Amino acid sequence: MKAVAYELERVSSVNEALSALARDEFYKAIAGGQSLGAMLNLRLAQPECLIDLDAIAELRAATVHGDELVLGSMTTHAAIEDGKVPDVTHGMLAHVAHGIAYRAVRNRGTVGGSLCHADPAADWVSAMAAMGATCEVVGPQGSRRVPAEQFVRSAFEPDLNPGEILVQVRVPRLSAQARWSYRKHCRKTGEFALAIVTGVVDPDRGIERLVLGALDGPVKVHSGPGLYARLADPAERRALLSDPESGLSYERRAWHGDLLASVVADLGAKQ
Amino acid sequence: MTVPLDFPEVNEVDVALTVNGARYRVHCEPRTHLADALREHCGLTGTHIGCEHGVCGACTVEVDGAPQRSCLQSAVRFEGKQVTTVEALNDDPLTAELRAAFSAHHALQCGYCTPGMLITARDIVRRLPHADEARVRDELAGNLCRCTGYQGIVDAVMYVLSTHHKREQ
Repeated sequence: MKAVAYELERVSSVNEALSALARDEFYKAIAGGQSLGAMLNLRLAQPECLIDLDAIAELRAATVHGDELVLGSMTTHAAIEDGKVPDVTHGMLAHVAHGIAYRAVRNRGTVGGSLCHADPAADWVSAMAAMGATCEVVGPQGSRRVPAEQFVRSAFEPDLNPGEILVQVRVPRLSAQARWSYRKHCRKTGEFALAIVTGVVDPDRGIERLVLGALDGPVKVHSGPGLYARLADPAERRALLSDPESGLSYERRAWHGDLLASVVADLGAKQ
Repeated sequence: MTVPLDFPEVNEVDVALTVNGARYRVHCEPRTHLADALREHCGLTGTHIGCEHGVCGACTVEVDGAPQRSCLQSAVRFEGKQVTTVEALNDDPLTAELRAAFSAHHALQCGYCTPGMLITARDIVRRLPHADEARVRDELAGNLCRCTGYQGIVDAVMYVLSTHHKREQ
């Protein structure tokens, strides 16, 4: 199908983008357009005007500052997959990037666009939460930081107020002994996941974190010392999945349960 | 009796595209995606349109040397970029090898997916010279074919992977 008629305005700096978006709260920013393009063609999105962030060079920079990788929101999945971005995660970023959609999509799709689209089944939504990343948002009132695990408020609803854009994702460096696991269940390579389970264990920083993703809304995060030792017990895993708080459907308990066992096996191996 | 048709006002813009090394000046709406601009405005109908939501891969073209979907974004967003469609790959030696292998291995029947398949296959051979069959299947997952069952396409790509890089050395 064809998109509804819309205007397209190309901007070349963050400030230009902010003043363009400030003109009308129904204007929408477009990054790589690999999700929004489909939504436009399906007429699920019908914006009056798109503000095109493609030409903003500063949003493509990726640099290491101290113990953080500061990833410009317009960094493409392919750039991360190909190792063009400094790796502070022992390969987790590249592994996750490689599993997103298809190469032709990864060549244009961006980390920030994917997070702002806020599809709960998108890979970065779960992976950034597991890595403990922080989203840096700028808007008319200045900038603010949101933990990645809270950035998706509900399905397709990012923590962005009118006129705000995501400019950076700050990924903390994993220490030398840290390990990660990222597992997802797709019926076909490249499609959105039916279930995602991912975890990071970083003993030097005292982090044990588990994320269940591809749910109806935000990710579910479990963390704390001894988490993975406890989850080595299948009864503990069943209890975690069937907890009414988690709100997992019968199917999801099976899918996520299967992946959870793998993640625990991945992360428990060298303890 | 004549009834005047009431068409809504159309806002068209000028778009300067570089396709296969040639400059095209296209007059289209901002919503017109690149695949439509190529087919309807540039007369380059080698790029096919299947699903128009990024799943089928029929519209895959090269943008600055890397494959991208041409159905997902406004043509305006490709100004200043080099677009290469299957038409330009007539004289490309690697694509000639792929075409011969596609014929030999029955990697197409109706041919609808083939332009996108060739662009993707060319990217696989150039980017992943050591890919095994599992990786080739993985990389081809973004291009749907409803005729061949894929085995012929995988065989063709595997064959070119095994011969192309030896020939290059």
